[in-house]
Amino acid sequence: MRTHNELAVGLAQHNIHDTLGWFQLDRRDFLKIFSGGLLVCLTGASAWPQESGRSFDDHELPKDISAWLHIAADGCVTVYTGKVEVGQNIRTSLAQLVAEELMVPFDAITMVMGDTDLTPWDMGTFGSRSTPTMGPQLRTIATAARQTLIETAARRWNVPPATPRAADGKVINPRKSQSLSYGDLTRGEKLVKTVSNEVRLTPAKDWKIAGTSIPKADGRDFVTGKHQYPSDITRPGMMFGKVLRPQGFNATLVSLDISEAEKMPGVKVVRESDFIGVVAADAWTAERALVAFQAKWNVPAQLSNKELFDSFKQNPETDRDESGPEHVTGSVTQAMAAAPVKLEQQYTVQYIAHAPLEPRAAVAEWVGDKLTVWTGTQRPFGVRDELAEAFRVPTTKVRVIQPDMGSGYGGKHTGEAAVEAARLAKAAGKPVKVVWTREEEFTWAYFRPAGWIEIKSGAQRDGTVIAWEHHNYNSGPAAITTPYNVANQIIQFHPTKSPLRQGSYRGLAATANHFARESHMDELAHAVEMDPLEFRLKNLSDPRLCAVFQAAAEKFGWGRLRSTPERGFGIAGGTDKGGYVVTCIELEIDATSKKVRIRRVVEAWESGAIVNPDGLRNQITGAIVQAIGGALFEAIQFADGRILNPHFAQYRVPRFSDTPQIDVVLIDRKDLPSAGAGETGIVGLAPAVGNAIFAATGTRVRNMPMAPLNAVPGEQASPFQS
Amino acid sequence: MGDLVLNINGANLHVNAPTGESLLSVLRNRLNLTGTKYGCGEGQCGACTVLLDGRAVRSCLTPASVAADAKITTIEGLEQKGTLSPVQQAFLDEGAFQCGYCTSGMVISATSLLRTTPNPAEEEIVRHMNGNICRCGTYPRILDAVKRASQMIAKGGSR
Ligand code: FES
Ligand code: FES
Repeated sequence: MRTHNELAVGLAQHNIHDTLGWFQLDRRDFLKIFSGGLLVCLTGASAWPQESGRSFDDHELPKDISAWLHIAADGCVTVYTGKVEVGQNIRTSLAQLVAEELMVPFDAITMVMGDTDLTPWDMGTFGSRSTPTMGPQLRTIATAARQTLIETAARRWNVPPATPRAADGKVINPRKSQSLSYGDLTRGEKLVKTVSNEVRLTPAKDWKIAGTSIPKADGRDFVTGKHQYPSDITRPGMMFGKVLRPQGFNATLVSLDISEAEKMPGVKVVRESDFIGVVAADAWTAERALVAFQAKWNVPAQLSNKELFDSFKQNPETDRDESGPEHVTGSVTQAMAAAPVKLEQQYTVQYIAHAPLEPRAAVAEWVGDKLTVWTGTQRPFGVRDELAEAFRVPTTKVRVIQPDMGSGYGGKHTGEAAVEAARLAKAAGKPVKVVWTREEEFTWAYFRPAGWIEIKSGAQRDGTVIAWEHHNYNSGPAAITTPYNVANQIIQFHPTKSPLRQGSYRGLAATANHFARESHMDELAHAVEMDPLEFRLKNLSDPRLCAVFQAAAEKFGWGRLRSTPERGFGIAGGTDKGGYVVTCIELEIDATSKKVRIRRVVEAWESGAIVNPDGLRNQITGAIVQAIGGALFEAIQFADGRILNPHFAQYRVPRFSDTPQIDVVLIDRKDLPSAGAGETGIVGLAPAVGNAIFAATGTRVRNMPMAPLNAVPGEQASPFQS
Repeated sequence: MGDLVLNINGANLHVNAPTGESLLSVLRNRLNLTGTKYGCGEGQCGACTVLLDGRAVRSCLTPASVAADAKITTIEGLEQKGTLSPVQQAFLDEGAFQCGYCTSGMVISATSLLRTTPNPAEEEIVRHMNGNICRCGTYPRILDAVKRASQMIAKGGSR
């Protein structure tokens, strides 16, 4: 399988995209680009469910074509999709689905992904949408391609179209033991097929390539260092750029002396109103020149961690709040009045950083008025639009290429480095690379929102929950509704003004809302003196979630285990974005140091038919490990417009020594459509840890992180260490 | 500016770099050996790990001039005549990566560990590798890969 990068560069060398503006063309002209073969396009995307997410201009749906697939005369299959690979293994699993429907070996497929000149428009890679939406789209075009090839063969052999069948990259005529490879069938042809209707897809129970653990595409390139990440791209004559950062958020420049920097050999200072940067022939000199700037800033007094949660409640984003509660049933007031068991609690989550190991990076190159940028982003088309707007050029003049990157976890939706590199490249008249430092990534990217959550509940003595009121301030509405059966509910998300720039994160607010809900359910279970699992199952009827609870509990040995002051067991679960998750935790707490050590995690997971079991297991394990950070120790500390812990030495992330024994139990529902699995695996751990801490010590921690490195100001100090 | 001769992956390479420039910067930005990664520049993540005379060092904190007397091995230098080193092969076999950005540093760190401790206990692996961050959280697989590499070496694989 050729990498995206090689292919993209190859096509660029042939100057294909320069001579033909893809989206301006009539679809029939696509074939000129491929000099023949079979091209299958998916149109009329309204047949497909919309991508979820907040508003993205008028691009709610792909306007015209959402994906295409080409079969060349040599039998090579190339699939074009705007989705991107960020470590979630979608390059491999989408190729598996195509190979399955097209009936070709996996290796015959090349995926071209996230290149705005070569792939159809796509909103972005987030929200666990690639598997449930792009998966069926690609399966549809692959199936249509297969049918077209069969029809072509039938015409050649002069047999009814129902006679031939496809297998292993060939069409076979069983009556005469004739066969033609796909390449033979497309050679000399100029076939374009557009599909818009749903076609009959191969059911998961009959899958032979999909549903298996095919290793990561191009895996070898990752152990040899050959794979080129965005920060590894070089261009002829390329220079290196750095950008001057203010001393704090909302700062204004008081004075700037660039004379020392300008004296350095080969250094060019670029100043365009607020934007101040520097380029040099080598990265080291560019860094020195930046340090040589003498800048004075005025940083206004600003909110700190200490005042954060008060500010959330006092600063609603009024226009959004008017939309009212997400969900209301029955009467919470009446039910609360009648409930013999009542609880009211508050929960908090802090801002945390994605800290992808590869920070933001971009290489920008102008050729005339055409801009090409290689950058790491989950939204290449969004970044293309950002660039077009920044430089007031039409989007057709901007090409964004996304080499498979050093991950994002929801943190790379934006194109800061791309715009910076393009600005510097324009001023320098040369290609320019910009790679953010770790400190820049920790400070000038965006954060997972902090949140304040209030839950009020009422239950009968037999454990039936009858009232549930859940308010989330700022962190978000994802998974805010309860999966439990409660007759009387008010559930509301309150958007508020955030002192820090905030955005997407793996699982979004599903982590915060699950932490609050599943901690609270545990508190209720203890209040009615029921086993936490039994209590949950009593209030649950969703069969998928029940099955996942049972699978996790069984593997874990729940019910046979009794917590002691130094060893706690906890359980929590839920569902979001089509994934069902239950997490069981065993942890140790040192009696004197109060150090919490997670020893064992069992997580059961179900998201419909599994496309790649090994890839899925890897994702779920990764989500569990990442969740440990947010649960126990990750928190952004900030004061007066400055991030106080913008280094790995101060902002602790999970390491080998934090990693428990992890058992992932996968439930393969071949009868159900496949949902995405990159995110929701993260949501169960934090509440399960909190519940295990309570089971051991009788102390309930309602603030995430539960055992921070340094106490977060404004929050009740946790008695626990990590 | 100073003229340096660096012995990298068995070849003597001449570079002209200012005194004090880090080995990482020289490798990536002057020699285009981009397999070695930048993750923090502060010695905290291990993405930049290379071998100096077989010992793992953080190239972001090592001035290139200091490395001039040593044999430098980067991730690009582990494969021999198209054959992956046992550690590389073990990472591939275990699928011990997601985005793979930490992999170069992990492979190099594990290589140095197995050189001195061919059959490490799990705690030894954790202690040795704890300076390497995998933000994708593939630690359990990396542990398995290091154990597998150890077995491969015991069965006669090189290094
Ligand atoms: S880049 Fe050297 S340790 Fe992180
Ligand atoms: S695989 Fe992504 S950082 Fe380790």
